[in-house]
Amino acid sequence: MQAFTTVSGAAAPLMRDNIDTDMIIRIERMTGTTRDSMGQWALEALRYRPDGSDNPDFVLNQPAFRDAPILVAGANFGCGSSREAAVWALMGAGLRCVIAPSFGDIFFNNCFQNGMLPVRLPSDDIARLADACAGGNARVSVDLHRQVVVFPHGEEVRFEIEPLRRDALLEGLDEIGLTLKHAEAIAAFQAADRIARPFVWQPGA
Amino acid sequence: MPRTMFDKIWDSHSIADLGDGWALLHIDRHLLHDLSGSRALQEIEDRELPVRNPELAFATPDHAVSSAPGRTAATFGPGEKLLIGLRSRSAEHGIRFFDLGQDGHGIVHVMAPELAIVLPGLTLICGDSHTCTNGGVGALAFGVGSSELVHALATQTLRQRRPKTMRVSFEGATGPGVTPKDMVLHLIGRLGAAAGTGFAVEYAGPAVRALPVEGRLTLCNLSIELGAKMGFIAPDDATFDYLRGRHYAPQGAAFDAAIAQWRRLPSDPGAVFDREVVIDAADIAPTITWGTSPEHAIGIGECVPNPANAPDAARQTAWRSALDYMGLEPGRPIAGTKVDWVFVGSCTNGRMSDLRAAAAIVRGRHVAPGVTAWVVPGSQRVKQEAEAEGLDRLFLDAGFAWREPGCSMCVAANGERVPPGMRSVSTSNRNFVGRQGPGARTHLASPAMAAAAAVTGVITDVRSL
Repeated sequence: MQAFTTVSGAAAPLMRDNIDTDMIIRIERMTGTTRDSMGQWALEALRYRPDGSDNPDFVLNQPAFRDAPILVAGANFGCGSSREAAVWALMGAGLRCVIAPSFGDIFFNNCFQNGMLPVRLPSDDIARLADACAGGNARVSVDLHRQVVVFPHGEEVRFEIEPLRRDALLEGLDEIGLTLKHAEAIAAFQAADRIARPFVWQPGA
Repeated sequence: MPRTMFDKIWDSHSIADLGDGWALLHIDRHLLHDLSGSRALQEIEDRELPVRNPELAFATPDHAVSSAPGRTAATFGPGEKLLIGLRSRSAEHGIRFFDLGQDGHGIVHVMAPELAIVLPGLTLICGDSHTCTNGGVGALAFGVGSSELVHALATQTLRQRRPKTMRVSFEGATGPGVTPKDMVLHLIGRLGAAAGTGFAVEYAGPAVRALPVEGRLTLCNLSIELGAKMGFIAPDDATFDYLRGRHYAPQGAAFDAAIAQWRRLPSDPGAVFDREVVIDAADIAPTITWGTSPEHAIGIGECVPNPANAPDAARQTAWRSALDYMGLEPGRPIAGTKVDWVFVGSCTNGRMSDLRAAAAIVRGRHVAPGVTAWVVPGSQRVKQEAEAEGLDRLFLDAGFAWREPGCSMCVAANGERVPPGMRSVSTSNRNFVGRQGPGARTHLASPAMAAAAAVTGVITDVRSL
């Protein structure tokens, strides 16, 4: 997995609550597109007009935000479907960090599997950040090591993240590798469980 | 100390304490479908990882398959490769696979309870957010992304953070025309689409106890639309009666031995939840959504809300854009809104009881002019049972299409979409922008309400028919 330490650049405000993963990537794009080429379809309902041309009003289409690595969003970002392609699409569009008041549970997990950092900040901070970034020339930094978001005028706002998740992201750790260190405990659990709950292990017996 | 049902299942599956509330959790079952399952197995191969316990995995294609009568794997071209991939990789790894047309085929969350793949007290995952459906038989079931699916296939475990617990008690009894779908839409409308984020939700109370297992599956299905990854109901005699004799349930004396274990699962009296919610079931009307989030739910007798009256600025903006997308005017009664499409099916409402409820409204009536109406059974078994009861004829004679099992128009990953700008009343689970196809306008409702809309051509209070 890609490690995450610090990201700096433009932060695009997309101040809408409940942006769901269907909106982030349409499911049909998952049947015909590889993981690496989904960026072009990220947020397509907002990003393109019905004739396929760019919607100039959409924030990521504005010149100042085209290369933004950070998205500032409304509450419950990434709710809905479990599709990990939502994370792949956002990363394919150049994003590495989403800052929102809250996230859908499954999307939140999926971010950490891919080196994307979801940052939770209080709604007031988010509103101030979105305002400060609205003009387009502002720069924001997200420092995972120090757990701070550096606002455009230099103010540092601390964010909380579980140590387990922070360390895995900082080092780009592979979860499967970590789990396989528990191979003996898994084997012991399963051996005991075969006796305690035979119906789990012999479906239909 | 009294423990919740969640505590009991979680603790008994914890292989290692990873610190900070994290556990390495044993996973008892995984369901694989054509979209996420074939990708996960492909990654297993690419990374040269083994499938640790193929005997605990079950695969069936549902998302990207056509539901057209007489369909084959090739009917929906883009899905064919996924289906073939799932079929061949399942065979290679020794995973049970239920192909199109075979007994056991269906939407994963319909076929899993139907075959008793899911049982009380089990942990079950699938690369699908509606995996919470399976909580209806008393399992801890939740959706994951493809990375976690690969992790589970390779290790039969997941690294999970312990969620908080919430109990939602439906007190009293529901009135006429009110189904589990109305109960859960009402709940989401009251609490909001993010209320369950970070929680495992247990549904309880007399109105839940009174539900047959299929209705419990519907209730749990929409947990994710409340924001909760998992929702479940304590198993009881209704659960055991439902499971007894099903294909992958323990048989004979083994079933009775299992019941003895399962009876210990319900939350202890006095168990403490992080949040308690009480809903008076008598307050619930047949419910329908007006907007683009499941929290945009109102009783059938209510009016489309006015953004000017929204409780805060964020919701004012959201309501405005939802009304714009849905082509609705604020302040007008939702009943009487003209409908173009009706969809009865999905992992929410594609079971026998759902088809019977729709059929009860349709009997003696006909689909209104200008309405396209589909019934898509949730599984091969549902289809066969419905045909044995003559429901296919009833629907066909009334002007509905009778189709093959699959996710169909709920997920629109299979070429089956509501055309742009068209208004659909759907028994599915999501009214998101573009969910049923770009520009499609979706109103979520129960099978009876969907049938009522089909035969009248407008959104209708089912109690008036």
